Amino acid sequence: MAEPRKVSFKINGAVREGTTEPRKLLVDFIRDDLGLTGTHIGCEHGICGACTILFNGEAARSCLMLAVQADGAEITTVEGLAAPDGTLHPLQQAFWEHHALQCGFCTPGMLMAACDLLRVNPSPTEEEIRTGLSAVLCRCTGYQGIVDAVKAAADRMRSSN
Amino acid sequence: MAATQKWVGQPLKRTEDPRLLVGDGVFIADQLFPNLHHAAILRSPHAHARIRSIDASAALRLPGVVGIVTGQDAAKMTRPFAVGVRAPVKYYCMAVDKVRFVGEPVAVVVATNRYLAEDALDLIQVDYEPLSAVVDPERALAADAPLLHEEVGSNLACHRHIVYGDPDAAFADAEVVISERFVFPKYGSTPIETYGVVASFDRTSDVLTIHANFMGPFILHPITARALNLPENKLRLVVPPDIGGSFGIKTGIFPYMSLVGLAAMKTGVTVKWIEDRREHLLASSSGTDRIAYRELAARRDGTILAMRTRWYDNVGGYIRTPEPGCSFRPIGNWFGAYRFQHLEADANVVMTNKSLTGPNRGYACGHLYFEIERMVDLLAEKIGMDPAEVRRRNFIQPGEFPYRTPSGGLYDSGDYPAAFEKALELADYAGLRRSQEQARADGRLFGVGLAVAVDPSVSNMGYITVALDPEIRGRPGYLPKSGALEAATVKVDPLGRIIGVLGSAPQGQGHRTVVAQIIADELGIAPDDITIVDEMDTFTRVWGISSGTYSSRFGSVGTSAAALAARRLRDKLVRFASYLMEVPPESVVWSEGGAHHANNGQVLTLKDLAGRAHWDVESIPPGMEAGLEATAVFAFPEAKAPDLQDRVNSSNTYGFIAEVMAVEIDPDTAAIKILKYVTVHDAGEIINPAIVEGQIYGGALHGLGGALYEELAYDEQGQALAGSFMDYLVPTAHEAVKIDIAHVVSPSPFTTLGAKGLGESSSMTVPAVLANAVTDALKPLGVHIRELPITPSRLWHLMESARSKR
Amino acid sequence: MKPPPFEYHDPKTVDETLAILGRYGGEARLLAGGQSLMALLNFRLASPAALVDLNPVPELSYIREEGGQLRFGAMTRQRQIEFSPLVASRLPLMIEATRMVGHLPTRTRGTIGGSIAHADPAAEYPALVTALDGEMVLRSASGTRVVKPADFFKGFFTTAIAPGEMLVEVRIPVTPAHSGWAFEEFSRRHGDFAIVEIVTMLTVDNGRCTRARVAASGVGGAPVRLRPVEEILERDGVGERAIGEASARAAELVDPTSDLHASADYRRHLTRVLTRRALTRAALQVRGNN
Repeated sequence: MAEPRKVSFKINGAVREGTTEPRKLLVDFIRDDLGLTGTHIGCEHGICGACTILFNGEAARSCLMLAVQADGAEITTVEGLAAPDGTLHPLQQAFWEHHALQCGFCTPGMLMAACDLLRVNPSPTEEEIRTGLSAVLCRCTGYQGIVDAVKAAADRMRSSN
Repeated sequence: MAATQKWVGQPLKRTEDPRLLVGDGVFIADQLFPNLHHAAILRSPHAHARIRSIDASAALRLPGVVGIVTGQDAAKMTRPFAVGVRAPVKYYCMAVDKVRFVGEPVAVVVATNRYLAEDALDLIQVDYEPLSAVVDPERALAADAPLLHEEVGSNLACHRHIVYGDPDAAFADAEVVISERFVFPKYGSTPIETYGVVASFDRTSDVLTIHANFMGPFILHPITARALNLPENKLRLVVPPDIGGSFGIKTGIFPYMSLVGLAAMKTGVTVKWIEDRREHLLASSSGTDRIAYRELAARRDGTILAMRTRWYDNVGGYIRTPEPGCSFRPIGNWFGAYRFQHLEADANVVMTNKSLTGPNRGYACGHLYFEIERMVDLLAEKIGMDPAEVRRRNFIQPGEFPYRTPSGGLYDSGDYPAAFEKALELADYAGLRRSQEQARADGRLFGVGLAVAVDPSVSNMGYITVALDPEIRGRPGYLPKSGALEAATVKVDPLGRIIGVLGSAPQGQGHRTVVAQIIADELGIAPDDITIVDEMDTFTRVWGISSGTYSSRFGSVGTSAAALAARRLRDKLVRFASYLMEVPPESVVWSEGGAHHANNGQVLTLKDLAGRAHWDVESIPPGMEAGLEATAVFAFPEAKAPDLQDRVNSSNTYGFIAEVMAVEIDPDTAAIKILKYVTVHDAGEIINPAIVEGQIYGGALHGLGGALYEELAYDEQGQALAGSFMDYLVPTAHEAVKIDIAHVVSPSPFTTLGAKGLGESSSMTVPAVLANAVTDALKPLGVHIRELPITPSRLWHLMESARSKR
Repeated sequence: MKPPPFEYHDPKTVDETLAILGRYGGEARLLAGGQSLMALLNFRLASPAALVDLNPVPELSYIREEGGQLRFGAMTRQRQIEFSPLVASRLPLMIEATRMVGHLPTRTRGTIGGSIAHADPAAEYPALVTALDGEMVLRSASGTRVVKPADFFKGFFTTAIAPGEMLVEVRIPVTPAHSGWAFEEFSRRHGDFAIVEIVTMLTVDNGRCTRARVAASGVGGAPVRLRPVEEILERDGVGERAIGEASARAAELVDPTSDLHASADYRRHLTRVLTRRALTRAALQVRGNN
């Protein structure tokens, strides 16, 4: 068995450290070692996108990374999306207003992917939103509410900038 | 009715959402437990094999492993699950002497973490004697087919031949007879959250507590308890606060509740098992694949006289409750939306070397309407009539409700012609036909499809006993099964705030929001002043064997219970207030959250009354029970046991769906482009339109997945071909289509608020409407869709073979 | 679905990496972006004695133009390529191809070297380097060699990379003047590996097709360069008739197999359809560019 290694990274603004076997998946470390269970596991092979986080600001699958690879990185999970005072992020607010979630299981991954999408393309067309969100699977909503929400959030974020 | 409907009917934002949006949802995998250990399951790589021996000694020696469970333990410590058929199928929670499908559990390792548990799996040696396998349900009935269950003697789990009316005479009189063979595929809704079970056994009380993302029906609680040799009141089943989707699929978790429960009892530690995606695709649950033969008798004027149908439902390696529901769940609506009176049905439920099946959104109705609606289109083609006109000529008419179908269904309300015409109008059906003419003139493949469905909700538990011969059900001493109920409690806290308690197990349907809307109207208060608790716990909630969140139940039965409980509480509040006001109850009116004296303007608010009742019990009138709470159990009066002619009202409310779809097919690649999709629903009174539309969008995409993308495919040897999301293709936002939705409202006379269920919605119509649209587009080639999913490769082959014949 | 145990190494240089690889004698695997290998580990379809993580090796991440080629360090992220102004100006076809590689969140980590070394028969980058006559630079303790696509892709998930050797750079010629291009793929869902994909680059000078590049993938174990198709175009030009003939020839040249998603016959047919579409689009573009 490989020696446990130290890992330390910034997550949602706070530095967290731990010791882990090298094979431990980043998503397991985030959920089990750090207790941040908002990031979900849906397939463990990079297709469903439920585990999507922002890794150094960019959306990535946390089931396809080892925890040790996050050493020194900056990570944002769904728990870090709202403002410190609890004000929802425009995407969260728009998801709420547009009935963009039902069971809520894919929602964290969907939000993180949408964050990245709007960062690289602040005014996406509906087609671009659908293409961008095809990175995350949802089985409840038929995606319509999600697409509407991302569009609304994009409008709001642009007008507030 | 509530005095005023201020909140019911509004698209309120959901109270469930903020928690879920910030990552504070509590799903089964998120819950913490003391002394927690983790299970991994060794699964059969063979479709069919005898287990000669299992050597787990090396695995047991691996540091961190605390115990291993094999089929020998299951044989010793558990019993086979009760099955809904007479065939003596021995279905244990894991393979005992044989494996009968790829993915069947063979051993369970319990270790200090999941990584180690999986390492240990690699060290278990199983000696298999491979046997030949069969996956085709017709082939499985051949005399020389491999036999799965020696004690059953054949692969037929259940056979029923049922006749309503006089189909032979109708066929003899028919001017037109059509016959067709259909193949409906095996697919499942693959919720993004997989199964999860946490079990712990308390040796001092002998109580096994199981936490599982199980959503009912709770008849599976006693079935699980008996399999574990536990009295029902020693099995505590707790559902986590959040479930990440189910769509019927999580009904199939109960064998794992038993398996993980067994592991906890054997090892003495708390055992957690979270199914991974590979396990889910190989061995959780899916819809039933079916081969069906259907005949239709009609007159040249388009009047349908009768149908005959024979099907082979493939339930996989073992028939698992609630199968053979796929054969019988829609028995009351076997006639669809049409008035014909004669039907012959020959149901064959077959076991093959595939994974096990069960409810999947639209349970059995996707199959039913794919067949019926294809047949109606075939009739239209044969007699040269517009398919819309054929449907018009056969609809049950608005004046006929409540309408009793020949198979015993009691359609509560509806206006099928109105909903259908609304769909045609919204889609501009005439315009689509004109576009089609133009497209065809240009050599393009443009098609328009129609489909309608009677959408059943709230299963009557009695339907499943149709699997038994009436001769058995007629014997003295036979205990009939029937019913559909749900309970709710509404209580007032000492300061006048309201708590509603439900026994449901939602997976995203927004029960808390909807019930708060209902109670708010009944009590004249705001939804924000109401807290709803919907965490199911069999030790603390009021429940029955039909309880659970499945078969689109909540919209009618759950809401009825909640409204009734609120009304009961309101009545008590009025009586209490009238006593305090020293006037007769008739002179007190409840509104705006308080009791108002009809004449003198005196008001006692909810807070006033709560204060008196809680802090001054002496103020409660003689004869009135103390405590400000009311529980209602709502049970449908028409949910009766099947009669000896196999007639049963299999569901309790029946909505209606009418759809129009236009497609264009790329003649080169056979890719299907959906140009227009209109769906009109009649679900009675709508409580929250946003939630209703969400259900329709989601249901439609499940139908689209099954019709175009998703298939749990197997090769001839029973190897599963779709073991990952690389091969099992779930539609993404990119594949989802725009939908035009409209509603017609025919309130149900049988529910408290007039609402019907609609959770399964268009999942049951999209396969039909799409198949009809594609067939219509390919009319110039003469291609007929008989089999799903319509993959580009399959469709291209159909088109090529049609082209080569021309 | 948790990875089996392995030793983990995070070297900082290529030399260090090669030294570790040498120690394990073929029992170690290089971990690039992890978008395929991590999934294989989670499925326990791979169980190497050691993982050698290339992510901490900065010298493997770059995009530069040199000798008429774009040169990509093996660890250059697909996302970097997608948003690279240099690639956008010198090889826009690659941007088109990159947008079809998985999804944005997988391109964040996914690398060009990882995709090429994994050699999925339907992946985009192997098809691209095959069509455009790129080069793979392999290094081992004994030196460096440059391998052409036809020699590099050996079949399903198999390449010419020898034990102890690693892919360090991928080279693709920049777009010649007077060129048009297209990347046509047919997949069942967005972001999936293609059932069939066709990559083409046409150079047309004074009305003559001076250089045609066409490759197909998804039609066998490895992407195939369709040289006889290119010859038709170089001989007969890029008019409708030549494109028709070239497309028919493309379908004859491929040797696809059947799987869950498509039959061999359908793949062969798609080869013809997509070749025609790709060539037509590229020809249209080159006319616009000229």
